[in-house]
Amino acid sequence: MYLRTDDRRPPLSTGLALRVAIIGGVTLALFAVLLFRLWYLQVLSGDRYLAEANDNRTREVRVAAPRGEILDRSGKVLVRNRVSLALQVDPQKLPRRAADRQGLLSRIGNLAGIPPRRLRRTLHEEVVVSPTSPATLIQDVPSDLFYYVRENQDRFPGVDAGRVFVRRYPNGTLGAHLFGNVNEISDQQLKEPRYRNLEPGDLIGQDGIEYSYDRYLRGQAGVTRVQVDSFGRPKGELSVSEPKPGDNLRLTIDSRLQAAGEGALAAQALPGAFVAMDTSSGAILAMGSSPTYDPADLINPTQAEVDAIYRDPVAAPIYNRAISGLYPTGSTFKPITSIAALASGVVTPFTTIIDDGAFTLGGITFQNAGGASYGALTMQPALQVSSDVFYYTLGNELDKLGPGAHGTMLQRWARRLGIGHETGIDLPGEQPGLLPTPAWRNQLYRKDLTDRPWSGGDAVNLAVGQGDLQANPLQMAVAYSTIANGGTVVRPHVGGIVEDAAGRVVREIEPGAARELPIEPQWRQTILDGLHDAAQSPGGTSYSVFGGFKVPVAGKTGTAERPPYADQSWYVVLAPYPDPEIVVAATFEQGGFGVDAAAPAAATILSEYYNAAINAPGTGGIVE
Amino acid sequence: MYATRTRRARPEPFDLRPGVAERLGLPYMDLGLIVAAVGLLAFSVFVLAEATRGDVPGDPNYFFERQAIYGALGIVGMLALTRIDYSRFRELRVGIYTFMCVSISLVFVFGVAARGSRRAFDLPFFSFQPSELGKLLLILALAGFVIDGARRGSERQRTARYLLLGFAPAALVFLQPDLGTSLVFGVATLAVIYVAGVRWTHFATIMATIVASIAIVLVVAPALGTPVLKGYQEERLTSFLAPSEDPADAGYQQNQAKIAIGSGQKTGRGDQATQTRLDFVPERHTDFIFAVVGERYGFLGAAFVLSLYALLIWRALRIVTLSKNLYGTLVAGGIAAMLMFQVFVNVGMNLGIMPITGVPLPLMSYGGSSVIATLLAVGVLESIHMQARLSQKSRSAW
Repeated sequence: MYLRTDDRRPPLSTGLALRVAIIGGVTLALFAVLLFRLWYLQVLSGDRYLAEANDNRTREVRVAAPRGEILDRSGKVLVRNRVSLALQVDPQKLPRRAADRQGLLSRIGNLAGIPPRRLRRTLHEEVVVSPTSPATLIQDVPSDLFYYVRENQDRFPGVDAGRVFVRRYPNGTLGAHLFGNVNEISDQQLKEPRYRNLEPGDLIGQDGIEYSYDRYLRGQAGVTRVQVDSFGRPKGELSVSEPKPGDNLRLTIDSRLQAAGEGALAAQALPGAFVAMDTSSGAILAMGSSPTYDPADLINPTQAEVDAIYRDPVAAPIYNRAISGLYPTGSTFKPITSIAALASGVVTPFTTIIDDGAFTLGGITFQNAGGASYGALTMQPALQVSSDVFYYTLGNELDKLGPGAHGTMLQRWARRLGIGHETGIDLPGEQPGLLPTPAWRNQLYRKDLTDRPWSGGDAVNLAVGQGDLQANPLQMAVAYSTIANGGTVVRPHVGGIVEDAAGRVVREIEPGAARELPIEPQWRQTILDGLHDAAQSPGGTSYSVFGGFKVPVAGKTGTAERPPYADQSWYVVLAPYPDPEIVVAATFEQGGFGVDAAAPAAATILSEYYNAAINAPGTGGIVE
Repeated sequence: MYATRTRRARPEPFDLRPGVAERLGLPYMDLGLIVAAVGLLAFSVFVLAEATRGDVPGDPNYFFERQAIYGALGIVGMLALTRIDYSRFRELRVGIYTFMCVSISLVFVFGVAARGSRRAFDLPFFSFQPSELGKLLLILALAGFVIDGARRGSERQRTARYLLLGFAPAALVFLQPDLGTSLVFGVATLAVIYVAGVRWTHFATIMATIVASIAIVLVVAPALGTPVLKGYQEERLTSFLAPSEDPADAGYQQNQAKIAIGSGQKTGRGDQATQTRLDFVPERHTDFIFAVVGERYGFLGAAFVLSLYALLIWRALRIVTLSKNLYGTLVAGGIAAMLMFQVFVNVGMNLGIMPITGVPLPLMSYGGSSVIATLLAVGVLESIHMQARLSQKSRSAW
């Protein structure tokens, strides 16, 4: 019932008192709620909220460190930096609504004169790769646009105008396959231990030397902590730590030799590769692969460049064939077979084998190339003329010794010399190749992946570098240098010296020997003599190329059948004979006879080596 | 000669001349109420001076100066009201109600739009928001209707009539749209009929209906595809349940307010109050001024403000029981409930336990209409108190 309605002063009725008391009680309860909530936020959780507030107001602006330069062995710059003005986007700070994002991209596109559709695609691709890290939207923007975006930050939410360092290659395509490329770290890579302390958006080497020596080259980004308001506008610096530039890396590469080698590859106009290496230290003096590409194209490739460099399955320019090529080696394998036969006692340097032009095993006849027959041969002349029958016989004899833990004696020695597994070079992407063994083939046969088990024919083929064998020029260079230096299996490397920005040596890269092999001086001598005769004695397989060469060398041709393609052309040469310091291995796909394509290329490289060496003061030991 | 007796002027035993204090009615005023109201206002001016300096380019003291002027005007109005017998408003109820409804309606025609809503007239000196004053006017008019409608119709009809009278202007305000103020209208209406002694069964029915309507508006109607609230309103109402990282979201604002208050800890961050100084907390001079207090002055400052409100509301409730007549009881009850509701909703919103409804914090939030209207309401409370004291005095004298 409503209270009395004659409007006089009511004595405080019990009904009204109750109602006011209820209001009072509710009020008290609500105030209690507010006070407890206040207590909870400020006293109990205050620390956490204070941390959040501090986190809110500070932004860490990472200042990229310039990457170290890459130099050749004499200090010539191969890879340096240039500063590029870039617009970067932070996907997480972009407008949430699709229409707003669209508008933002069209604004930028209109200002930069780039179709918004292309920006959208770039953004999409970058975001797919790593959804949380800042992505470069446009590189090399004009400076007026750069400053416009920087000064109107609130109109371009999520877009950051910053200076980035971009790699520059002053020598064009020279050494393209060595360097690899630099790109933003991916979310996957951020989790790897080797990229501890890096943050999204940091640049790291993704391939090649840039990858292998990334921890020296990348330096350390500086961090500027700034106070910002809720729009992200800077309101003053809190602390600054300067970026620490990356160390420079001096390679073992000799850029003149490199240029000569790449010229020799280009002269043949065939896919191929070469390696020039110091036989005692494993220092790579030059290494090239053809077809090549401009490393600058990898910085911001257009679709056409991506298609041409990465996606062409035949030319495959991105592959460094010197370390990832998979080719049968042909007769260049014969010194390896020689070592295996001598070491297992199948023959001595003086054992004579009659080469009547053909070798028959199990009803199958193997013939010399060109149907030639050379009569009675010891190892040295067999190498000189490259008698297949002589090596078929050795392969068969070695096979008859029976399989050991790593195949027969032939496979065991080939493996020890570096065939069939990685050499351990300081470049990513090295392929192990394939050294066929009875166990390997028999297992394939059991799984029905091949038509027949291991047979004597496989051993005979392997002895001359045919059949299932797959190797690359670097492996051959390592095997030959092992023979030449008397048994030290080197670990090849392109990294030489790490120097800081002031030129002080930070680290010398000397990977040391992979292993030592017991190679008798007599075996070494026999093989080197045979190879020397092959290159520089009349009747030798590459006499036509090296007969008149100014330095005594020891070299071996190889012509490998590689159906369905034309023959693979090989040449491996050691110089100077009889105490080699350099090995050059070259190969060409479909190059035909070793002496036709590969040997001239190797000769070009060697003659550049000796030109430089003769011109350099204080270098002796050259026989004119 | 007669010796003339000279009359020496002797002091009166009691000074009957009314002093200044008496003229102002100070002895009959509730000093606690005045202290609370003026204290809050002074603290508001102080906080605005500290926290908003330089917010308006070219006029560093913009908010501080204006709030001080509004406060002074409001205090003058408040003191003037204490001299008037509030019972006169009961006679003017129809006029007051009409003026309120017309002024709120005129906003739709002449009002200035701000942030998607028409709430105020742009006057030469400040923008006048009729709905702020309307809260007080509604209470004054509705209390009159309740008393004078006593003998007309059944109790149920009366309840329905009062509800209609209260909710009609609430609906007008809701259409501006100003959800928060329309809720205050609704609460004031409920408070008046509650204090007037509406049957518990009626009151329970009303409350149940309100709960059901909220459920329908927030859950059922959107599900059926006919939303009643505008998108931003619904988002603000529900976002306190789910904080967000997007600066454009209401949940983000509330989360930032929470961080601001929490980071104030026990004694506050003073000028290091980055949350409110660097714009992370929006509307820091109006709806989120409590967050500013919380961050700058910590638990001490915030609890101080809350205790002033507790004092204010306690004194208002006390006046409900003291009033010389039922009209004063109803008006005081309405004002007390109005103040309580606004304080709880606004502070609760700052603390992240209530939705964002745009209800200003009485006497603290910057804004002329709100400050002046609240001070006038305090003046009405004082008038009720003073009349009660005076009638007590005259009765005891008689």
